[in-house]
Amino acid sequence: MPDLTTNCAGIKSPNPFWLASAPPANSGAQVMRAFEAGWGGAVWKTLGTPIQNVSSRFGALHYRGTRAVGLNNIELITDRPLEVNFREIYEVKKRFPDHAVVVSLMVETEAEWQDMIKRSIDAGADGLELNFGCPHGMCERGMGSAVGQEPAVNERITSWAVQYSTVPVLVKLTPNVSDILPHGHAAQRGGAHGVSLINTIKSIIGVDIDRMTIEPRVGDLSSNGGYCGPAVKPIALHMLSALSRDPGFNLPISGIGGVSTWRDAVEFILLGASSVQVCTEVMLRGYRIVEDMIEGLEDYMRTHGFETLDQMVGRAVSTYSEWGNLDLNYETVAKIDPEKCIGCYDCMVACHDGAHQCIHKDPTGIRVPVVDESECVGCNLCQIVCPVPDCISMVEVDNGYTPATWNQHMNGEAALRPKKGAH
Amino acid sequence: MNDRTPATGAAALAAERTEVAFKDYKPPYTAHQASVEAFRCLYCEDAPCIKACPTGIDIPQFIRKIATGNVKGSARTIFESNILGMSCARVCPVEVLCVGDCVYNEMDQPPIQIGKLQRFATDAAFEAGWSYFEAGPDTGKSVGLIGAGPASLAAAHMLRRKGHACTLYDKREVVGGLNTTGVAPYKMKADRSVDEVNWLLSIGEIELKLGVEIGKDVTWDDLRARHDALFLGFGLGPDRYLPGGEDLAGVYGAVDFIEQMKLGTVALDGVKRAVVLGGGNTAMDAIRELAGLGVEEVVLAYRGDEARMSGYAHEFAAAKLLGVRGLWGRQPIGFEGEGQVTGVRCLRLDAQKQPIEGSEHVIEADLVLLAIGQSKLGELVQGLGGVEVEWGKVVTDARGATGCPGVFAGGDCANGGKEVVNAVAEGRDAALAIDEMLRGGADA
Repeated sequence: MPDLTTNCAGIKSPNPFWLASAPPANSGAQVMRAFEAGWGGAVWKTLGTPIQNVSSRFGALHYRGTRAVGLNNIELITDRPLEVNFREIYEVKKRFPDHAVVVSLMVETEAEWQDMIKRSIDAGADGLELNFGCPHGMCERGMGSAVGQEPAVNERITSWAVQYSTVPVLVKLTPNVSDILPHGHAAQRGGAHGVSLINTIKSIIGVDIDRMTIEPRVGDLSSNGGYCGPAVKPIALHMLSALSRDPGFNLPISGIGGVSTWRDAVEFILLGASSVQVCTEVMLRGYRIVEDMIEGLEDYMRTHGFETLDQMVGRAVSTYSEWGNLDLNYETVAKIDPEKCIGCYDCMVACHDGAHQCIHKDPTGIRVPVVDESECVGCNLCQIVCPVPDCISMVEVDNGYTPATWNQHMNGEAALRPKKGAH
Repeated sequence: MNDRTPATGAAALAAERTEVAFKDYKPPYTAHQASVEAFRCLYCEDAPCIKACPTGIDIPQFIRKIATGNVKGSARTIFESNILGMSCARVCPVEVLCVGDCVYNEMDQPPIQIGKLQRFATDAAFEAGWSYFEAGPDTGKSVGLIGAGPASLAAAHMLRRKGHACTLYDKREVVGGLNTTGVAPYKMKADRSVDEVNWLLSIGEIELKLGVEIGKDVTWDDLRARHDALFLGFGLGPDRYLPGGEDLAGVYGAVDFIEQMKLGTVALDGVKRAVVLGGGNTAMDAIRELAGLGVEEVVLAYRGDEARMSGYAHEFAAAKLLGVRGLWGRQPIGFEGEGQVTGVRCLRLDAQKQPIEGSEHVIEADLVLLAIGQSKLGELVQGLGGVEVEWGKVVTDARGATGCPGVFAGGDCANGGKEVVNAVAEGRDAALAIDEMLRGGADA
């Protein structure tokens, strides 16, 4: 039986699935229900000076009939009294001593940080997460992403927190930066025990085209929100892998950003996350999704021979390379399985209009398109649009050329195969 | 000659019609259901569903427009190819046309419900009163169209788009042809057909001359003198009868009976057992209708077997769900009863449809509908020199031209009795050929 026991920056939990700091972790009753359902940890909805929220808070991106492939929100940090939050944290920890309760914090002055950290730890927090990421509302008040975007401020506040904390400190990073590395390094210099990423992405979810107003609407106005959900996963994976492979960055990472299934979680772990945090999918489907996440992860580990999560963490990081080191002589072509093909021609039109014009009608009239392998550049688009599972495969071609990269080529060291589809 | 233009529209129909008892067999989609189904469409290139549609509607395009919320544009795409797209959405045998060729069938997934989506878009256009077409600039030419059914309606609409004046002649007092008088009411009722015709006529200046019979009220010579071209779309003739049944109460032609049910009332009180003779789609409609009207026992008796009857399998499957039974290899040879029918005398046929000796028997029935074909009206065109008739059908080329210059034909009178959608395609295409001719050749 694979061991899902998790240790992320010294914060331990029975499994790597944590609720992210967000509405699903807003109250003690919620977090207790989540733990009963199987969640390993929860990052409490950010505590600070309680705010007043607006009415109408979420907007969603729907695509081809699928609801909420992306979600955005203009909700702020906790609006509940701090003493109520701390009492509930205490009660949760009392009932679930082995689960991780991480308290997310966002305040301004050093004295406030000191006070909030003490009260969190007194309530039983297993760790702290510094919210340097929120890209809406709080940043206008000099907090959230306003901190996360300034490495010097990030480092200074992190060092305060580490100084006053007796439990591990995670710094939650904002993706609203052009390069994540300086911000990860700032947290590291400040003494953080780990980072979590990504927070939400600054966004406008859409426009009501009849009212001609931005959504979500508050009266006749709106504001930019924080974007999350499956649509942001590729951005999260990019930033996660950038920190994971940076030789100068050595902190554990809690991965966040569009994790909806155990498969997503596996991807985050393979790129260096030692725990994963989930919000949007819980908001859309509820806590009970964790049963499948745990089962799927266990089965994956069993199938691939992993006994502990540590053996998995970061296993795919090294497969990233600069483009200049990719083998230009590596060649694949599309193969269509005529037994499986249903004759929709979606691959053909995608190739003709969106790629390299190498898939054609069969001249004999059979409704299975033909790939002109001499022109196929192996771009994958046909395989992506094909509605039939395993109908189109990308097959390696032995073209006789030895591997050669652009960097080698520029040094005059390599012969490149002739270009395809470049006429 | 009857020159009035009578009121059309639902008001022209009797208020009491037996057909109103039926509910839609395929209920309409809600907007959300339509959207979900539309998003499933793979938007195939060179799509098989388009090829399966006699009118060649750009189906993936109209479905995508439903998905994006461009319902007005969706209906435009449909009407561009098929001006009777609203009724075709209801009456087409999609199972053997577009839906039957959906690529999803190839992967054992439910095919896209194209008919229901087409109904969604065209109903929306209809309810909203969207109009898409204007008459073309007046050409000064005039076309007479014989019959006011789907073929002539489609032809007239296209001719008006090209700017030609049109006059529709029909011996009935209702418009729409079989779309009004013959469609199974769980697919479409007469008032919807009449409403559709009125909507189509809103292009303007299509003159209606109803209650006009060729040879009685007007001659071919009159028509030729009056119009620059003629389109023959007069459909099929009366039900074929079997000798001996004409004078018995309880024996009716199926097409007649269905028309009576749709335009008026039929009394089925006391009918315990009905037998429908035939194996085509009129027979399929009749058995489903009788069962739907509550006749306790409905039996189909056919000369061949289930696998070889020309009625659609999906229609007979639906009839079986209503309790209808099929009797195969039965050759009717006469009727039982005096004054009122009590049964049909039959022989059994073997697999080669040869009578089996000593097999004579009686199928008891107090209602017998004959669905063994309709007579062809080819003889009607005697007097139109050059129009050829073969097996009762008016002979045309691929674009509807007959052997008589300036005379075109389409729909059931030319194809022998196909679907509404075939009639629409033939009428539309003949109209384009007429337009070319009136403008002085294909290059005009």
